[in-house]
Amino acid sequence: MKIPDLTELALRNLRESLLRNSLTTIGISVGVASLVAMLSLGIGLRQMFSQRLAKSGLFDTVLVTSRRDLRNFDRNDQHNGPTPGESRILDEAARQEIERLPNVLEAYPDIRFVTELRYDDKPHLTTISALPSSAKANDAFEGMQGDFFSSETAPEAILQKSFAAELLGKTSAPGAPEANVAELAKPLLGEELIMRYAQRAPAPSQPLPLRASEAAPVDDSLAGAAYSVISREQKLKIVGVSDLDPESMRGPTRAKVFLPLKLAESLHVMQPTDLREISRAASDQPVYSSVSVRVKNPGQVQSVERAVKNMGFTTFSILDASRGLQQVFTVLFAFLGIFGSLALIVASIGIVNTLVMAILERRREIGIMKAIGASDGDVRAIFFAEAGAMGILGGVVGVALGWAIGQVINIGTNIYLKNQSFPPVHLWAVPWWLVVFAIAFAFFVSLAAGLYPAGRAARLDPVQALRYE
Amino acid sequence: MGETLIRAVDGVSVEIRAGEFVALLGSSGSGKSSVLNLIAGLDRPTSGSVVVQDRDLAKLSREELAKYRLHVVGMVFQSFNLIASMTLAENVELPLRFAEVDRSQRANLAREALERVGLRARMHHRPSELSGGEQQRAALARALINRPQLLLADEPTGNLDSHTGTEIMDMVRQFNRELGMTVVMVTHERALAERYAQRMIFLADGKLIDDRAITASVADLREHGGRQ
Repeated sequence: MKIPDLTELALRNLRESLLRNSLTTIGISVGVASLVAMLSLGIGLRQMFSQRLAKSGLFDTVLVTSRRDLRNFDRNDQHNGPTPGESRILDEAARQEIERLPNVLEAYPDIRFVTELRYDDKPHLTTISALPSSAKANDAFEGMQGDFFSSETAPEAILQKSFAAELLGKTSAPGAPEANVAELAKPLLGEELIMRYAQRAPAPSQPLPLRASEAAPVDDSLAGAAYSVISREQKLKIVGVSDLDPESMRGPTRAKVFLPLKLAESLHVMQPTDLREISRAASDQPVYSSVSVRVKNPGQVQSVERAVKNMGFTTFSILDASRGLQQVFTVLFAFLGIFGSLALIVASIGIVNTLVMAILERRREIGIMKAIGASDGDVRAIFFAEAGAMGILGGVVGVALGWAIGQVINIGTNIYLKNQSFPPVHLWAVPWWLVVFAIAFAFFVSLAAGLYPAGRAARLDPVQALRYE
Repeated sequence: MGETLIRAVDGVSVEIRAGEFVALLGSSGSGKSSVLNLIAGLDRPTSGSVVVQDRDLAKLSREELAKYRLHVVGMVFQSFNLIASMTLAENVELPLRFAEVDRSQRANLAREALERVGLRARMHHRPSELSGGEQQRAALARALINRPQLLLADEPTGNLDSHTGTEIMDMVRQFNRELGMTVVMVTHERALAERYAQRMIFLADGKLIDDRAITASVADLREHGGRQ
């Protein structure tokens, strides 16, 4: 028989004992719904975590330092490659070269320095660090009061909550509850800070005369490496106060005040590396203590790290932790899938039951069909089509049901999170492939369930079937 | 040897010519229905052979037997055997579905067949809404739809009153004469057989008792002549 005929016959037969077939189909729907619910929870959780991780910048960032730092993170590296003295300087040229590597989104220098800030005529000493505009998406700025920098060069600053408290003289004792960020931000936003810093300026054309007896003659190439250090002031407008600590992973070297990256670069603040590299770098070329490299996705961290290492630098990333997490999610996913399918397997037993009952009821009909020329294959196909139709119908209804359950739980979770003053999450995700997969899975499970009843119907002896009243 | 073999039909040897109208007569349990089922390809002989149009049904596969039933044989039963959940039109076109005839053609053929048995107006009714005679006419239309050469009827008037029974039998005879269909009819009513068949085969206890041709009766001649 042709497929459209089969489908039509199957659907009309299903309509004949509507209640029983509906109940069986609902059984499949519930099975599919549970499968979809479980898997989409798994997918949603994974998406949520990987988004969080990507936003935190921990897993897609490679920290590049020069071997000349003598602070190697990886001992193995010390035994390979050039000695620290011979290796490259992490300067602007190297930064650009790293940025051109495949799969690298951006490579920005870490500019950080300890300096004095004046607020309300009182001096405060703290660490300042520069942020690229891409840091705006970082999780650490969730719950920040005020705004992110209006541009990369704006004379603006974002304060960490604890430094804001210090400016206001509200430092709380350890263990005491932290002050509310909104309260801290209110008097500070829009206020002015004065930053004092040491600028590295190109040297005057004549270096100070040296007495010949005290120093060996200096070679000409070093002439340009001289510069002067000038004390400067820069006014900064406070635009934001962050609730979280954006540099928590840096431990004691973390900064409490943040500046836009381009602004910080233009200030030419004296960096510790400047002293070390005075004999190597040209005066107009900044030298960085470290460069942060953002990679397109965590999967490419390893290859980027390898490429940077080949350039002669030291790298650091938190890749292994993320790999372990992926493993956890794969196992979780498999478990959710197995539990989700259980309900569908139970439902498929319902199909077997319904079809075996249908054969008993429709014995005579099967006999008639065989008498007027239906082959074993035709009869088998009719029962298969009924099983398949129940599977597809159940699958479609089940996907809708699963999606609805997901939405309800999603909304419920978010209401709860809101009451606990947490940001809302997207716990549930039903990608299109899951929809297709769930319906196909229901279809094939139903066909498998129809295998035995269809075979039994096909083998029915027409003479006996017709005699049966 | 645990199972006892019941010999429903034993040593019956009959030859039926194309276009013949044969009645199989006998009391219940005589084996006449078994013979019909063998000819219909619904049953297979444990020994011996059933040869229809040069093919031995005993040697056909299940698949080939189904094809044979579909294209060569049309069947009518005592209890009509229409499928209750389908309308007359759907019942009549069911064999066409198994024969994989196109949908558009199917509707026309079903309409024509129902027209032939005078049920065109009732084509969208279900069997339960019709009288016994109408149901049997629909069953005849279904038996004819694939233009079979062989019409097998198992007590076709058994559930009908004598008037509608006559109506059905007239139709069967019409198909026999006009379409040249070979008819084999099982009945226990000798009068019916004498009136319509050309030949009577008597069975008892699965054995052939008698096989005789009927010379056209006066009544039949008169009726036949009157119609032409």
